[in-house]
Amino acid sequence: MFKLFEPNKIFKITSKAPKYVLFLFVVVLTVGLVEALVISPEDYKQSDAVRIMYVHVPAAWISLGIFSSITLLSICGFVFKNKNFFLISKSLAPSGFVFNIIALVTGSIWGKPTWGTWWAWDARITSMLILALFYAMYLIVWRIYDKEEKVYKISTFITILGIINVPIIKYSVDWWNTLHQPASINILSKSSIHSSMLYPLLIMTAAFALFSLLIFLMKYNTELIKIKNKGLDRL
Amino acid sequence: MYGRKVKLRFLFVVIILITLILTTFLILRSLEENVVFFQSPSEIKSLSEIDKSKIRVGGMVKKNSISISSNEVNFIITDFKNEINVTYSGAVPNLFAEGKGVVAEGFLKDRNFFSATKILAKHDENYMPPEVKEALGEK
Repeated sequence: MFKLFEPNKIFKITSKAPKYVLFLFVVVLTVGLVEALVISPEDYKQSDAVRIMYVHVPAAWISLGIFSSITLLSICGFVFKNKNFFLISKSLAPSGFVFNIIALVTGSIWGKPTWGTWWAWDARITSMLILALFYAMYLIVWRIYDKEEKVYKISTFITILGIINVPIIKYSVDWWNTLHQPASINILSKSSIHSSMLYPLLIMTAAFALFSLLIFLMKYNTELIKIKNKGLDRL
Repeated sequence: MYGRKVKLRFLFVVIILITLILTTFLILRSLEENVVFFQSPSEIKSLSEIDKSKIRVGGMVKKNSISISSNEVNFIITDFKNEINVTYSGAVPNLFAEGKGVVAEGFLKDRNFFSATKILAKHDENYMPPEVKEALGEK
């Protein structure tokens, strides 16, 4: 099955796809922003502050999703000794980190008018900060070691350490008393968010996912070019 | 199907994961008191002794319990089982209201009286436009 992941076969895709993804991203983002900022109603309680959620929640979702993917790919790469999995992980990480920071910052901006504080050492918020630190460690490891074998092992270990934190983030609001509200969207039961607010949220999530895909394709393309021009380490 | 090394590496990862999960679980279990952001009035009631350090109490602001005098706000935090009286002087957040979630940070005077130094409004997980809220309220 790993033949599918042969770098030279997907090089064609990664070098051509970004422009289409960029186009799609711009379209979806425009629709999403119009929905979120203009069309969607204000909240009965927090009025316009609710609009921050349309950035905050998708950013948090994507950063969690990317970290989980990185972990899975790194473990596969480690178990099957497949270099390509590590390169995919490496290319995915930066956008996950950026969305993690966006989630923290927008959460802070939302927290001030609603909760009355910029920051609280609450289980959800703290665990999200820890995730950002794991992302930072992961990204730094790729820069400080020259030996590939070493990077692969250490980065995999970091993702394994960090993945323990992901379910903690998800369930922190259910397990403990937190300032952060519990999840509004449940797959199994009825969501406690009105549909007029749910749709912009989902469109924004799609836009952010496309952005991650775009950054990933560009980063990954660079990695493939590096392989093609062996010996050239920095572009 | 796969080589022995592959299986061993997989086993290695699985063992690391299990170890980490168990360790984290035990650590979080033992730290439970510090992980929670606030305590409910019922938990305050069942405290064996009142210590003088800063704590947080959270719950709902009881309906018709807010009274504002010159520069003091008094209200009752309830978890629908037990209640605690809170006094606070200072500005309250915009979302602070009766029947809504609140977290008060401060010091316990005794099991029934709490002197807050900071008030945080807790938002719940319900998001809806005002019209929907009105329609729900009429029912």
